[in-house]
Amino acid sequence: MSRTALGMPTIRPVHGHGNLHADVDFPTAAKEEMANIQMRANIRHATHTIRGKRARVVEELPDWQELRTAGSALKEQVMANLPELLEQFEKNFTARGGTVHWARDAAEANRIITELIEATGTTDVIKVKSMATAEIDLERHLAEHGITATETDLAELIVQLGHDRSSHILVPAIHKNRHEIRDIFLSEMPETDDSLTSEPRDLAEAARAHLREKFLSTSVAVSGANFGVTETGTLTVVESEGNGRMCLTLPDTLITVMGIEKLVPTFQDLEVYLQLLPRSSTGERMNPYTSMWTGVTPGDGPQDVHVVLLDNGRSAVLADPAGRSALHCIRCSACLNVCPVYEQAGGHAYGSTYPGPIGAILSPQMTGITAAENSSLPYASSLCGACYDVCPVKINIPEILVHLRDEDVRTRHGERPPTEQRPTEEASPGLAGRLFRRLPRVPSEMDVMMKGASTVMSSGRRMALAEKALPLGRALAGRDRAISWLPGMAGGWTDERDIPAPPRESFRNWWADHAAETEDRVRQDGGSRHVPAPDRADHTDEEDSP
Amino acid sequence: MRIALFATCIVDALYPRVALATVRILERLGHEVVFPSGQGCCSQMHVNSGYLDDALPVVRNHVRAFTAADYDVAVAPSGSCVASLGHQQPMVARAGGDEDLARMAESVAGNTYELSQLLVDVLGVTDAAGQLGSWFPHTVTYHPSCHGMRLLRLDDRQKDLVRSVGGLDYVELPDADECCGFGGTFSFKNSDVSAAMAEEKIENIVSTGAELCTGGDASCLLHLGGAMSRRGTEAATVHFAEILASTQQNPLEISGPVELSIPSPSSRRPCPPARPSTPSTPAPTTAPTADRGVL
Repeated sequence: MSRTALGMPTIRPVHGHGNLHADVDFPTAAKEEMANIQMRANIRHATHTIRGKRARVVEELPDWQELRTAGSALKEQVMANLPELLEQFEKNFTARGGTVHWARDAAEANRIITELIEATGTTDVIKVKSMATAEIDLERHLAEHGITATETDLAELIVQLGHDRSSHILVPAIHKNRHEIRDIFLSEMPETDDSLTSEPRDLAEAARAHLREKFLSTSVAVSGANFGVTETGTLTVVESEGNGRMCLTLPDTLITVMGIEKLVPTFQDLEVYLQLLPRSSTGERMNPYTSMWTGVTPGDGPQDVHVVLLDNGRSAVLADPAGRSALHCIRCSACLNVCPVYEQAGGHAYGSTYPGPIGAILSPQMTGITAAENSSLPYASSLCGACYDVCPVKINIPEILVHLRDEDVRTRHGERPPTEQRPTEEASPGLAGRLFRRLPRVPSEMDVMMKGASTVMSSGRRMALAEKALPLGRALAGRDRAISWLPGMAGGWTDERDIPAPPRESFRNWWADHAAETEDRVRQDGGSRHVPAPDRADHTDEEDSP
Repeated sequence: MRIALFATCIVDALYPRVALATVRILERLGHEVVFPSGQGCCSQMHVNSGYLDDALPVVRNHVRAFTAADYDVAVAPSGSCVASLGHQQPMVARAGGDEDLARMAESVAGNTYELSQLLVDVLGVTDAAGQLGSWFPHTVTYHPSCHGMRLLRLDDRQKDLVRSVGGLDYVELPDADECCGFGGTFSFKNSDVSAAMAEEKIENIVSTGAELCTGGDASCLLHLGGAMSRRGTEAATVHFAEILASTQQNPLEISGPVELSIPSPSSRRPCPPARPSTPSTPAPTTAPTADRGVL
């Protein structure tokens, strides 16, 4: 992993706020979500389908690994030069008639956007699906200021009408099946009636009719951006439905919220990402709509064009050499679709706008590892590595998960300064909790186990001694030769699984008495066999008779 | 060749038969197996739980034990532990500020092979029946553990060896490349999700009709086997080293209560008749006499 010093300012980075904090720890939230059998079936079906499509279209590209390498290298270059690139982007965007706003965190971004909308005199805006606006909880903030934001992406609309939360980066309503969607439309769209079927075509048509009027009558749109091209000041939105194109072209005012990590240096760099992104996300060779706009074009499209450059914890991620490649993420969601933990627990269990493996490393880094329950997220993985294999920009998610677990342990042991707490009341641990976090702590059961295991496992002699206790475990297992209950933390194992009765003797201790019995062993097995001397590539199938 | 066995902590303490199976396969081929007595653990449990400081002495011990010993190559019957040597030990050493240790760890890792890697890539074994005399007349499916698959890129080495065992009826596992849900301390820190993942894996195993699911990592097999035992599933798990070690003269017994101990020479039994391998007739659970060596 690259540990290049990037000359980061030494001030403490500002952590992110908004929809980034889990309110409940992951194991508890996951347990609750897993009780929803319908949701699990929906997610299982959908992720397996997208997974298969992705694998097929990736397979057909002979240079897929080279593309991944290029995508990763370009992002590394961006992160190494981010301040300069951002200033260049601002200069070029401004020169083409746009206005650039800088937002340190969610609150600043929300305030800027609200003021821009209020200045137009409207109270209705349309929205393009955007992770950044979900991250800052824009819709709720606007509602508090009397502004209604209507989602125009079909899946986001389903989530919005269902008063629900997104559970997937690309497919926010992945946890709903078409029958559930029909029910939502029937109860929330006045223009529908019982004749509506649950056929995808009918559902899409109902949404289209519902939205068409909005597109034609609304004068302000809010979007995110997939990429910002530094050398030209161009913004890009990649989508499937065409609703984004409507939002980006029909209104008078266009406000785009873009995370500061979304830059690419040159227009040509898009070539790499526009191949990586659709194949990784929807399993398509190309996405149907790629919209690009560069400032204002007189007489064509929005004449009042803004971009809000959002930090909200990204600088904090950038400041950590071992974790910063999380900022390479292009939000394709391939890691979610292959993740067995996501498949079981669903997106809501992660408690953040960013679910799945990427969320498990991004959310706690953006908020700081000590924030609320986010410190449980790096443990929400079996470290199987499927996410790293599919990541189009080669983010080594398992390695960062392990790094964050280490950060968490160090923070709990008081080796790291605690992050500032979330400014809202509901999920902050309160004064007592905050004091508790700062005090030296009694070692946890895990601490004790790890320390003990470290002592034993760092010496063959101590291992041999400890293994002399194996017969005790055998006694514990009893006549059915299975241990089915253990106390404390180990109970997490025996809640779900038996442990077989341990052997009488460890291999090490057995070997001490039997190492020399090679001849007996070979004879008992039927005699020796001789494979001709290996020639690596040129192995042979010849055999000796037993 | 003089081959150093890195048993791994879980095999050493819980599955000595898997270590013995590894020894038997290699001795049968005429190699000398040594067991560096200072060995402990690869440190993966500590690293994956976030305890890098506590991992450091474990790494130091492993590197010391396998640097001091005299051997040509080292082998371990675990994809995960071998992957940890190369992917984690140098990182732990560097995090602890010990560059010399990191380089030594890289050197030890570079000469340590997972069992199927050693057999296929170094020793040229590709036909277990022909070259090892392996014989195991049972229906078997195979779960490729994640770290062997994704960190070591073992591809089909383990599976191909198992398929080439005499008398063995191989059945493919659906969604084989999905994690079984073990994940070290994940299995009890997130025990509900882990159990749900195991459940799915077990359903797939049962759907194959196999008597046994084999694999190359005792930890995953312990987790799956334990969950199967709790659910009363007929199938069980067994490490592929034990299948490769099994011969007509000294076959691996799979009926009777679970027994992880290394059998004493007197308890060896004659070769049992092959059991029918039709999926619809699972093995009797309360069978009789012999202790079975499966996990």
